[in-house]
Amino acid sequence: MLWEPIRLAVQAIFRNALRSFLTILGVVIGVAAVIAMVTVGQGSKDQVTQDVAKLGTNLLVVRPGQPQQGPGSSGGTSAAFDMRDVEAIQTQVPGVRAAAPANTRTMTAILGSRNHTTSVIGTDSRYLETRDMPVVQGRPFYESELRSGSAVCLLGQTIVRELFNGGDPLGQDIRLKTISCRVIGVMEEQGVSSFGTDQDDFVLIPIKTFQRRVAGNSDIVLIYVAVQSGVSTESAKANIESLMRERRRISPTEEDDFNVFDMKQIASVLTGITGVLTGLLSAVAAVSLLVGGIGIMNIMLVSVTERTREIGIRLAVGAQEGQVMLQFLVEAIVLSLFGGLIGILLGLALAAVGANLLRVPFSPDPLIILMAFGFSAAVGVVFGYFPARRAARMNPIDALRHQ
Amino acid sequence: MSPEPALIQLSGISRVYGSGDAEVRALDGVDMEIAAGEFVAIMGPSGSGKSTAMNILGCLDAPTQGAYQFMGVEVGGLSRDQRALIRRNYIGFVFQGYNLLARTSALDNVELPLIYKGIARAERRALALDALAKVGLQDRAHHDPSELSGGQQQRVAIARAIVGQPAVIMADEPTGNLDTARSREIMELLTAFNVEDGMTIVMVTHEPDMAEYAHRLIHFIDGRIASDGDPKQVN
Ligand SMILES: Nc1ncnc2c1ncn2[C@@H]1O[C@H](COP(=O)(O)OP(=O)(O)OP(=O)(O)O)[C@@H](O)[C@H]1O
Ligand SMILES: [Mg+2]
Repeated sequence: MLWEPIRLAVQAIFRNALRSFLTILGVVIGVAAVIAMVTVGQGSKDQVTQDVAKLGTNLLVVRPGQPQQGPGSSGGTSAAFDMRDVEAIQTQVPGVRAAAPANTRTMTAILGSRNHTTSVIGTDSRYLETRDMPVVQGRPFYESELRSGSAVCLLGQTIVRELFNGGDPLGQDIRLKTISCRVIGVMEEQGVSSFGTDQDDFVLIPIKTFQRRVAGNSDIVLIYVAVQSGVSTESAKANIESLMRERRRISPTEEDDFNVFDMKQIASVLTGITGVLTGLLSAVAAVSLLVGGIGIMNIMLVSVTERTREIGIRLAVGAQEGQVMLQFLVEAIVLSLFGGLIGILLGLALAAVGANLLRVPFSPDPLIILMAFGFSAAVGVVFGYFPARRAARMNPIDALRHQ
Repeated sequence: MSPEPALIQLSGISRVYGSGDAEVRALDGVDMEIAAGEFVAIMGPSGSGKSTAMNILGCLDAPTQGAYQFMGVEVGGLSRDQRALIRRNYIGFVFQGYNLLARTSALDNVELPLIYKGIARAERRALALDALAKVGLQDRAHHDPSELSGGQQQRVAIARAIVGQPAVIMADEPTGNLDTARSREIMELLTAFNVEDGMTIVMVTHEPDMAEYAHRLIHFIDGRIASDGDPKQVN
């Protein structure tokens, strides 16, 4: 029974190709914009969530120097830590899963004629634990290597790519300045962070090796502390602060000469930024949807004169109001469905390209797709339907005479 | 044996447009009877109510006052949809301005009334082609109105009016936009449908030459019937 109206609607759509095209365009723009924007926004959010998880939400960074500085700031003039401080945090602060030293220096890694400037991090096995970073090829440091300060190293994926061109680095020797160290393992790929920094561009060497052969002293300038899950980072932070004040003999009237930075703070900043971004994108998308809707409305209203005469003719030859309405409704639905489908495909394609360019995951949300589609279809149907309904209720003679 | 009711019977029909100071009494107490098979011409000065009468006769418009019986049924008491059914089944329209659907082939235009009659597609095609053949346009079936001359467009409109085998054709100035030769073609077509198919024809015209094709001429002046008789005697 519905087949005939559908056939007629398709006929009418092709008969008025330009009008149909413009209507569809409105739906397409609206749906595609919303889907693309929201999908990319969602992807960025997922990316940040991943990054934050990678940073470790229960990770504290302890550095010498005045508080209220980020983890990237230098230690300044305050005295450095030493290995005993690391052990004290590890053993005396309740709820600490692992504390790891992490002295860092930018150096050039050389293999044959290839070289690459990277971060050399002096640390021990606990670093892998604090950063949740497994060895995917080879093995971690042995205790004996850590104790004796052997010239061995673990590589991030970028180094493998840059120096070994993706080949097998295990057992090979790379040169860091004057140190020649043997590659014993490769770390899992971390990817690019939300800041756009390469998180795989590092070389890990035993802390003792770093102190002796790179720094030339026994200082520790950075300690990563992983807190057990279920333990609040705030209380761990307070405990570390009082422990360090005691160990560094800071009198009650003095300021801390070190700081404990909670990575959760970065997480909340990042999440805030993406929240704002997603909000902006959504606003742009909403405007596109509105513009698309207005486009549809416009076309439908402009064509009312011609449509009114058409309706007059149909009424004159014996069409009933309901039949005319059904025809126009089916026509609007067919148009909107068609435009909606194109819009969804286009939107997903744009989102995929955008996600690829921004290096965020492509995570389409079926609910948003349905909503955008529903809104555009509703606009198409409403603005196709109501002018037609008005015309169908007119006196046939008035409809025929409509100028 | 009761007498068969007249096809069309108007008694005391008035049609008033607007209200108050702007009130226009387009028809003022019109009585008229048209029997099945008649060919009636309506003439009169501009504004005398001819189109208004035609619209009421064609069930496109409802009278303000009076009784209108179409095939014995009182039209005044019918709903919009019921009037649509009368138009669909018994009345074909020909307008001065053709009123064909734009960007739609002659064939599809002629098919239009049959769609609402619920006739299947294949049969619609056949009937529409047949109707186009009757007006001599079978070779123009797939042309759009914009590709046809005025006379041809009006013949398509006539094919559309007769395709459903209506009891009556209502033609309001069907030759108003055409030259004499083209007008005569139209009149001959209408005459043929009247004589051969027994269709009743009610036609408004300004041209006495065209009125002569009819068997009866009704003259309107100021919304009233001024005379009603044989066209050859009136002129
Ligand atoms: N929709 C309307 N609203 C108000 N007045 C109307 C309307 N239609 C017609 N009239 C008035 O009714 C009167 C009769 O009009 P009608 O169209 O029936 O005249 P007519 O005899 O067909 O004239 P013509 O020969 O010019 O076509 C005129 O005075 C006209 O102005
Ligand atoms: Mg008129």
